[in-house]
Amino acid sequence: MSNKEYDNTIICRCEDITRGELHMWIDQGLTTVDELKRLTRATMGPCQGRTCRQLILQEIASKTGVPVSDAKIPTYRQPLRGITLGAIADMKLDEEGKPHEE
Amino acid sequence: MKNKAQVVVIGGGVVGCAIAYHLAANGCKDVVVLEKEYLASGSTGRCGAGVRQQWGTEMNCRLSSGSARDFENMNAELQYESDIEFHQGGYLLVAYTDHQVEQFKKNVALQNSLGIHSRFLTPLQAKEIVPHLNIEPLLAATFYEKDGHANPFHVTQAYANAARRLGVEINTYTTVTGIKTENGKITGVVTDKGEISTPIVVNAAGGFADTIAQMAGVELPTYSERHQILVTEPVAAFQGPMVMSFHHNTYCQQSPHGSFIMGMGEVEPHGHEIMSTWQFLKEMSDKITNMLPPLRYLRVVRQWAGLYHLTPDRQPILGSTEQLQGFEMALGFSGHGFMIAPMTGRLMAAHILGIDHKDKDIMTTLNIDRFAKGNLFIEPSVV
Repeated sequence: MSNKEYDNTIICRCEDITRGELHMWIDQGLTTVDELKRLTRATMGPCQGRTCRQLILQEIASKTGVPVSDAKIPTYRQPLRGITLGAIADMKLDEEGKPHEE
Repeated sequence: MKNKAQVVVIGGGVVGCAIAYHLAANGCKDVVVLEKEYLASGSTGRCGAGVRQQWGTEMNCRLSSGSARDFENMNAELQYESDIEFHQGGYLLVAYTDHQVEQFKKNVALQNSLGIHSRFLTPLQAKEIVPHLNIEPLLAATFYEKDGHANPFHVTQAYANAARRLGVEINTYTTVTGIKTENGKITGVVTDKGEISTPIVVNAAGGFADTIAQMAGVELPTYSERHQILVTEPVAAFQGPMVMSFHHNTYCQQSPHGSFIMGMGEVEPHGHEIMSTWQFLKEMSDKITNMLPPLRYLRVVRQWAGLYHLTPDRQPILGSTEQLQGFEMALGFSGHGFMIAPMTGRLMAAHILGIDHKDKDIMTTLNIDRFAKGNLFIEPSVV
């Protein structure tokens, strides 16, 4: 593949963020997943980075020479999977947050 | 990193970057910005991204309407190569009690007198604007179509890039550990990467402005408090404006990208804690599925939290203090710092450089001395 085609490779498939777009921002000095996420929306889609976080880490490492093992990883946050507002609203929870039947 | 500067700005959020840009744009290019993480990593990047001009005090109205005009031209003015995603879908503010209705009438009169052409609406008129709004208990609403949304990360980046082009040095991942003073004057800033000698320090540290003030020995009448937010998966556009209720203490907007961002004010202990809670997720879901019923079918993908830095009158503290010469403040934004950052940047830069500005009376009114003098005019319309 030519470099151009390689740049068009989708890295974050929830938000359609390409390798070329990530590289543009890395070249501007944004060298953590947290920073790239906030400017490109990569990792902000339904999968919340479960697919692309490792790929982005590798792209950063390849550009900066800093190994993935030394990279700063963004905070993992709830919910673990997408859940509808209605499903949460319909839940009956006790004081500790455990679901219970009335 | 430089070891000497004319001005050191502490805080790489939207306020710090806007001040640094306007200092440089007015010819003061020997400026250093210090940020302990990355740009917009604090309150700016955690905010609800709304841009509202429908406020209840003259100061907040003028700061926000001036800022909205800046947002309109920002991509061009700052020559930003990306997009700040400014979108004016309006804000619909809803009232459920007689007291709120009276307050809204006063607010609209004030806003109209300041060139903010908001309108007072009946529940049915509100429903025309947001057809899926539950108007069961609603008494009235106000609407202004020029309110909206902008992307906090890109706005901050736009200011930072423009500031850098003019010669400003921005140091991320640099933590301030001390402020040096001598005979009641600022002499320098100590960081984990070395010292910078300077006669002027700007405290634009957002939720940590109290920590910086403590280092300088300056007393503030402020405190920090966690506020939580959640975001859904993106869907096709169906809600134009932000819907905001002071009764439910909630706000909810569909971003231009399609996701819904919503948040809520809660009773919180003062401090810097920003963990997310399941209680917020539950209560937010309960309230929003009642106010905007079709939203029950949307999936939540993420929740997070950030800090408000609150003043007693819910208006920011801007400018100098008699407590310490050279210590300039742009803090206490009380949850609306992002939307008034552009005007804050202009006014703070003009004040620091002694340049005239047609709105410079705002700097006088919002000086910290108002609390000692008792000149408070409390902003009634905050979530």
